[in-house]
Amino acid sequence: MTGGGFFIEAAVFLSAAVVTVPIAKRLGLGSVLGYLIAGIAVGPFGIGFVAEQGEEVLHFAEFGVVLMLFLVGLELKPSLLWRLRAPILGLGGLQVLVTTAAIFGIAIAFGLSPQEALAVGLTLALSSTAIALQTLDEKGLLPQRGGQSAFSVLLFQDIAVIPILAILPLLAVAAIDPKAAADVGHGSSSWIETLPAWGQALTVLGAVVGVICAGRFLVAPFLRVLARTRLPEMLTAAALLLVIGVALLMNSVGLSPALGTFLAGVVLANSPYRHQLETDIAPFKGLLLGLFFIAVGATIDFNLIGSDPVIILVLVLILIVAKLVILLVLGRVFGLSGDQNLIFGCSLAQGSEFAFVLLSFSEQNGVLGKEPVALLVAVVAVSMALAPVLMILNERLLLPRIGTKEVDRPDDDVHEHNPVIIAGFGHFGHVCGRLLIANGVGATVLDNDSDQVDFLRELGLEVYYGDASRLDLLRTAGAEQAKVIIVAVDEDKSLEVVRTVKEHFPHLQILARANGRPQAYELLQNGVEHVYRQTLDTSLRAGVDALCHLGFRRHQAVRAARRFRRRDEAAVRDLAPVWSQREIYITRARDWIRGIEQQIRRDVTRGREPGFDSAWDTETLREEYGLPENERPRNDTPNDEPA
Amino acid sequence: MTSPRVLILFAHPALEKSRVNRVLADAVRDLPGVTFRDLYQHYPDLDIDVEVEQELLGAHEIVVFQHPLYWYSTPAIIKEWFDLVLQHGWAYGSDGTALVGKQVLTVTTTGSSEESYQPDGLNLYSLRQLLAPVQRTAEFCGMEYLPPFGIHSSFSLTGEEVAGHAADYRRVIEALRDGRLDRAKAKTLPKINADLDSLLGGRS
Repeated sequence: MTGGGFFIEAAVFLSAAVVTVPIAKRLGLGSVLGYLIAGIAVGPFGIGFVAEQGEEVLHFAEFGVVLMLFLVGLELKPSLLWRLRAPILGLGGLQVLVTTAAIFGIAIAFGLSPQEALAVGLTLALSSTAIALQTLDEKGLLPQRGGQSAFSVLLFQDIAVIPILAILPLLAVAAIDPKAAADVGHGSSSWIETLPAWGQALTVLGAVVGVICAGRFLVAPFLRVLARTRLPEMLTAAALLLVIGVALLMNSVGLSPALGTFLAGVVLANSPYRHQLETDIAPFKGLLLGLFFIAVGATIDFNLIGSDPVIILVLVLILIVAKLVILLVLGRVFGLSGDQNLIFGCSLAQGSEFAFVLLSFSEQNGVLGKEPVALLVAVVAVSMALAPVLMILNERLLLPRIGTKEVDRPDDDVHEHNPVIIAGFGHFGHVCGRLLIANGVGATVLDNDSDQVDFLRELGLEVYYGDASRLDLLRTAGAEQAKVIIVAVDEDKSLEVVRTVKEHFPHLQILARANGRPQAYELLQNGVEHVYRQTLDTSLRAGVDALCHLGFRRHQAVRAARRFRRRDEAAVRDLAPVWSQREIYITRARDWIRGIEQQIRRDVTRGREPGFDSAWDTETLREEYGLPENERPRNDTPNDEPA
Repeated sequence: MTSPRVLILFAHPALEKSRVNRVLADAVRDLPGVTFRDLYQHYPDLDIDVEVEQELLGAHEIVVFQHPLYWYSTPAIIKEWFDLVLQHGWAYGSDGTALVGKQVLTVTTTGSSEESYQPDGLNLYSLRQLLAPVQRTAEFCGMEYLPPFGIHSSFSLTGEEVAGHAADYRRVIEALRDGRLDRAKAKTLPKINADLDSLLGGRS
């Protein structure tokens, strides 16, 4: 393939996507269906652009599924995964067993041999992780019970692929072509096959332990070193390297790359780089997954369907209905009710992308003949294409008729949904955050100083590494749901964060730290209502103490400082618009300084003007009711002691 | 005569724990012609802005202090408010006439029963007697002090009873605002809410 060919191909795929996906979304069909339609459009039965490469692209784009599972893993803390163990093993295991058995029976009825029937059963028991997860996520159903159950089943299926791949060759009835058999499935796992069985098991175990240990102990320091370069693309490169590396390792020991990266994601779910990794990987995942769906659309063989539409349609219908019924019954058994059970069932009632791999594997191993494989590939592809449609039908027609709409459960375990985001966790953000947390208010903390993040994590605070001026990172940190953002990042970043928040999250109340007056002016000029000069309160406290050491009464000194602060804040607001015009600024600032001084001095020497602070004990009172002037106490100095 | 406007100065240092005052406040907060001012919310550290408060007083005809009774008196912020806002030469003294002719009402809640606020009861003095410092402060500034709107046994009131008091409070504030309350008759009563129907029947 020449470079020009690649770019043309990319251009075709991308244009198909940008045309059909927005239309599909607009019509409420979801992005998955949009991509599938795009695939059909560019495929051999649309404009015929993608003919033979369909499967090749499919293979490449499967990496999108790998990335997706990595992201899913990142959102799943180990503790939550542990809580899901019952649905994963119980619900997932039963789903695979019962569905395999049912399809086995149906296949026998269609006249297949027991071996063939078992191969078909195992292959079709799996559901499409890509379509189900993407659709559930897009509809926001993933954190709900139905979504979680679907996810558990998909996870079990991913694990189940490994033994299925081992079983299939044993079912062979025809002569095997060993060369072809080695080429498919999970790639070149030849070296590991030279090992004895215990050696293989040990290698697999070693790889899994390796991923967990590396995730725990190596990745974070490695990312910290890269973060110090302050080049964001370094972190993107590292994130991709991490996923590709894990995928390669898993491939080489014969495990599913998706499963391996999922595991890596779970291990990193507690790391400070979680949000940053999510943000870096998400666009790649989105694009590759889109490409994957396009490829699925492009591989649908309409010739075959056209030659025997009735049988294919009947088979698709049998597949969907059989899976749906089994899922609904099992969901019921596992305590899913009403709408959640329907969501669970409809999301998984389709064939899997793994079926394509398993079917060609079966063909090459002589388990299944050429014709049934072609037929089944078409059935699986059509059922996948219909999967989003089924979800839509469920959503539009079935769910509205069901009364038991389960209330959304809080999903704090999976996502950050804190009411406050603290951007920048230096001394300033730190104190703010601790006050909030002490009052039981959750705060999501972002900081882009990796050493600081590690230090704070050691102290037991939940802090995430990342650049808070990035829109996507703010979004993953929960900016859509939060109410308040405290902006305490470095001076050169602060305005960027403010602008991003104002543009994309206008509902967020911004509280911004300013290092000094110039930054305060700048923030006020950019429409920030609440600006906090970093050193104002501490310097006033030191000033108050200085006054007290000179003999001022504490109450008087504190009141003077309060008044000073109030006036000074007013001055900053008044001066902000003229900050850039030096001459005007200087004149006006001088007026303010003089005004504040005069006013406070009047307080010290007991003012006379009405409207001014003359509480408690005033000169005017003495004038009206009191002693003659020469007998009044002197009050030009507040200090009664000798100097 | 233009409709007099009511300024409610509300003081509760822990409103989040309040049961009665919160309901009372909600009953009058949004009434037209009424300015509701939550003092602890404006001045959490008791740093009262005298100019703002004096301006508000000038713009209203009727001043209501609403608060729970603490140690037979107002919460600290109201005393601080008196000390700072009622300045010599403005509120009192030979030139201090800014408040002359305005009306003042205290709306307060007590934990113990009405019977305990009697000469032979636990507290020995009536609510009216205990509020004498507030009354004198108002009168010293040339204002007319009305008998208090008092709610007793606040710890044991049912939700229904609280709602009833809140409705009465609302009626009193509306009547004061519209000049419909019989002030002469009110002054003969120990509490303004002792016999509301008779006070609101005629015109003053």
